[in-house]
Amino acid sequence: MSGGLTFLDRPNSYIGRSVPRPNARRLLEGRGTFVDDVAVPRLAHVAFLRSPVAHARIAALHTAAASAMPGVLAVVDGPALARVCAPWVGVLGHFKGLRSAPQHALAVDRVTWVGEPFCAVVARSRPEAEDALAAIRADLEPLPAVVDMETALDPGTPPIHPELGDNLAFERRLEVGDVEGAFRDAALVVEETFGFGRHTGVCLEPRAILADWNAADGLLTVHHSFQAPHMMQDILAKHLALPEGAVRVICRDVGGSFGIKVHIYPDEMATCALALMLRRPVKFVADRLESFTSDIHARDHRVTARMAFSAEGDILALDMDDLTGIGPYSVYPRTSAVEANQVVNLTGGPYRHGAYRARARVVLQNKAPTCQYRAVGHPIATMVAEGLLDLGAARLGLDPAAIRLRNVIPDDAYPCAGVSGIRLEKLSHQAALAKLLAMMDYDALRAEQAALRREGVHRGIGLSVFIEITNPSAAFYGVGGARISAQDGCTIRLDPQGGVVAAISVTEQGQGTEAVIAQVVATATGVPLGMVRVVSGDTQATPYGGGTWASRGAGIGGEAAWQAGKALRANVTAVAAAILQARAETLDIREGAIVDAATGVERMSLAELGRIAYFRPDTLPAGVQPEFVVTRHYVPKDYPFAFTNGVQASSVEVDVETGFVRLLGHWCVEDCGTVLNPLLVDEQIRGGIVQGLGGALFEHCLYDSEGQLLNGSMADYLVPMAGEMPDIAVAHVVSATASSEIGAKGAGEAGTAGAPAAVVNAINDALRPLGARVSRQPVTPETILEALGAI
Amino acid sequence: MKAPEVAYACPSTLDEALTLLSRHGDEARPLAGGQSLVTALNMRLAAPALLVDLNRIPDLAGITRRDGVVRVGAMTRHRDLGASDLVRDHLPLVAAAVPHIAHPAIRNRGTLGGSVALGDPAAELPACCLALGATMVLRGQGGERRVPADAFFLGLYATAIAPAEILVAIEFPLPEPGAVWGFQELARRHGDYALAGLAATARRRERGLDAVRLVFFGVGDRPVLARGASAALAGAGIRAAQAALDADIDPPDDVAVKGRTRRHLARVLLGRVAGGMLEGAP
Repeated sequence: MSGGLTFLDRPNSYIGRSVPRPNARRLLEGRGTFVDDVAVPRLAHVAFLRSPVAHARIAALHTAAASAMPGVLAVVDGPALARVCAPWVGVLGHFKGLRSAPQHALAVDRVTWVGEPFCAVVARSRPEAEDALAAIRADLEPLPAVVDMETALDPGTPPIHPELGDNLAFERRLEVGDVEGAFRDAALVVEETFGFGRHTGVCLEPRAILADWNAADGLLTVHHSFQAPHMMQDILAKHLALPEGAVRVICRDVGGSFGIKVHIYPDEMATCALALMLRRPVKFVADRLESFTSDIHARDHRVTARMAFSAEGDILALDMDDLTGIGPYSVYPRTSAVEANQVVNLTGGPYRHGAYRARARVVLQNKAPTCQYRAVGHPIATMVAEGLLDLGAARLGLDPAAIRLRNVIPDDAYPCAGVSGIRLEKLSHQAALAKLLAMMDYDALRAEQAALRREGVHRGIGLSVFIEITNPSAAFYGVGGARISAQDGCTIRLDPQGGVVAAISVTEQGQGTEAVIAQVVATATGVPLGMVRVVSGDTQATPYGGGTWASRGAGIGGEAAWQAGKALRANVTAVAAAILQARAETLDIREGAIVDAATGVERMSLAELGRIAYFRPDTLPAGVQPEFVVTRHYVPKDYPFAFTNGVQASSVEVDVETGFVRLLGHWCVEDCGTVLNPLLVDEQIRGGIVQGLGGALFEHCLYDSEGQLLNGSMADYLVPMAGEMPDIAVAHVVSATASSEIGAKGAGEAGTAGAPAAVVNAINDALRPLGARVSRQPVTPETILEALGAI
Repeated sequence: MKAPEVAYACPSTLDEALTLLSRHGDEARPLAGGQSLVTALNMRLAAPALLVDLNRIPDLAGITRRDGVVRVGAMTRHRDLGASDLVRDHLPLVAAAVPHIAHPAIRNRGTLGGSVALGDPAAELPACCLALGATMVLRGQGGERRVPADAFFLGLYATAIAPAEILVAIEFPLPEPGAVWGFQELARRHGDYALAGLAATARRRERGLDAVRLVFFGVGDRPVLARGASAALAGAGIRAAQAALDADIDPPDDVAVKGRTRRHLARVLLGRVAGGMLEGAP
């Protein structure tokens, strides 16, 4: 960078400032454009007939009565739709041995979970489509349902897909160091079985898609509530047999995603196929009830693990066995093996032990498919290690903070590798722990806890050290054959009045991506923030890219924007230099004006430069051709992933008569490298913590033994609500990544990664004097009462 | 989901509403605040042919005191119930229960009559009516009928309201000297239906309580007046009442929680609420 300045020091830097989101006012005024707000002529509405049973053969479908209902335009079953939309198989090359079966947009022959769509009704209105659904008679012949993941691999359990032979989709084993020797020689071994209930992401805006086939243009325009428009474009082109250029995917405002909206859903593919078949626009908006049975679920793991300690409290080894049920298909195209794989990669990752053994088995079952949801695998990995660590500390008489400080990889050890082989550039566990303990006044809280315990008040404090995978390179999906872009691009154009338009391939779902990109662009170009417009979420209008998931938007998209902005600034100052007869390196752009870099004195405004460049180019010196549009791309190359770290703490009070838990406080110190916008980062952390607390205490997709979802409504499925949430204090340690100039790593999943372990450890800390402990999430009042032997 | 097509009538008099209900029989449903019925329509759990909207009928809402009772019109919103001086002064049990009903947006629309007529076994207000010995005022084309709360709640979502009858008001007797009350519920999240709840009234004597009415909600198919526990509390104290409660309630297992958990929580609530009433601090 010129003048020895880092971008943080640039005179008009917006980096590190909590500038407001440019789209916040628009959304607050009700001027958002969500899929359901898009108005097109001749719009038809589709509703889906969904399987009422977990597993059955579709013997016959009687649709004549439905076809004759008022307003009905078409009734389409699986075989008819399959002529337009090719099936898919959710496997990836780098998950060796991962198996799944072909999955259709509308089930053909068999339905395999409660909620799987197997017939579609398109009508003039959604109510008419639903009226007609009720008139379809489906003859379903029950097949044995595989519900319990614990018995899915039993020899007596029939395979869901007979061609696969059994229900094992994927297995991974890892062994590092002398695990047997470490356990043999250990002073202490602790063991626990952890349960992680199945839950789902509940987006404010449900999944929604509007597909409009314009035969005259040869263009399928898809408005989609989605995180990865280019991925969707590629997949639609492939499965609908269209050239890439015949598909345009637009993701305008998206009302939350959390990883739910980055997968291929049968009903959404069917909607696009129906638009092609009917040659008219078709819209599908998932309602709340069908969201619960058709959105991807997540977690649903059972982990049995043990940890070996020296007498002094050093972790010697970790051994764990993970079993997870993923539904009847591995989800396309990212697969449903990733969560278990992450659990293997991440468990114990903050610590410096050298022996580690892990096995993960991923099994098929007749429940809703699971796939990547916020903090994939992280809460599981963190809970296992942090739970075992607290068990060890209690047995050894060590303080939970002390045993963590003793075992974390020291801050001066980087770069290095974690025990599972993950490559770590720069983490800050020691600094983060120190900051957290000071922030929460750990010693005072412990003293208060002890005093209250003498009065019969049962408070607990829980700690949770974690690492988070962010900024993935092509190692995540691309190397496995998935056509999901790891690189992203930004195109910036300077307009005549001196404003810029930045088109970016990462996307906005409410987290503030566009705000961060605007800050970076304003800082890099020298244009005031108020004169930066950001365009995102349109495959025809932005560079090609991956979108926003895996905490990659700011770190990868932000760097592309930074590089594009720098290049545009260079182009602009070069033209200004020609006009001003100055050397380009003596000029800069600040607050929308060309200035002398040394003195800051304005030489000319960008508006004047724009006027000349666009309207009087005849006055430019010979050979000067302004290039006021610049594109740059970025992909992380130095490391497969930019790991971040953090530590959380939770303070709770347990009512031991009722089992109710009151959340008294929550703290998080995390290190996402450069903090581009503190307000947005802190709110990402807070939102993530709330979602983590949801999984730990409230959210649970409950199935009966027949595979029926029992609580698929907002009345029965408990999302965390503000009233029960504690105050959440957030602070940061900054270890910028050297892989990019802006140095930003991801922050979107850190809250969710660490919150469950912190709160469960706090509950167990409160229960410890009573000889009780809990290990199954969600931890409900009933779980606690059972642990206490009160019921 | 979207509601199926439904006809809608908005009568301006009670007689007109009763005529419509009478004419359409089972096919018609009265619409009060709509906080349960409209959800049921949207989920296609209910599909009446006709909605008879009671919102424009004058005199169905309002709170008055006369002849030893506080009379609350059936269309009185939860919000107004919670803000009423009469309720605060004479029906403090009801005032204490209102903040536990769902959330402000729902309390702005939901009505006392709607809640009582629906008879959700986990709802707060039916339990309060039973604890306070309220009288339900019903109107049909044949005239007015008054049903004591003890005879009103008949089962799961079943009440003494006859076909083509409308619950028009609820009358609560004014509390006698020495009256005490208690209200507590245990809900996973504020505003949820409770895992267990207790609305209680009694009269404080020199030593202990009498006229005890312990009404539990969320533990059966209707609000449950725990007769054994109430008698035991008056005669023998809290521990005896907790022991007697086992025979009064038999909560079934359900999706949310096991029956024995609800039973345990009900016992804990009894101890806490009764303790408060004995000490005079509700």
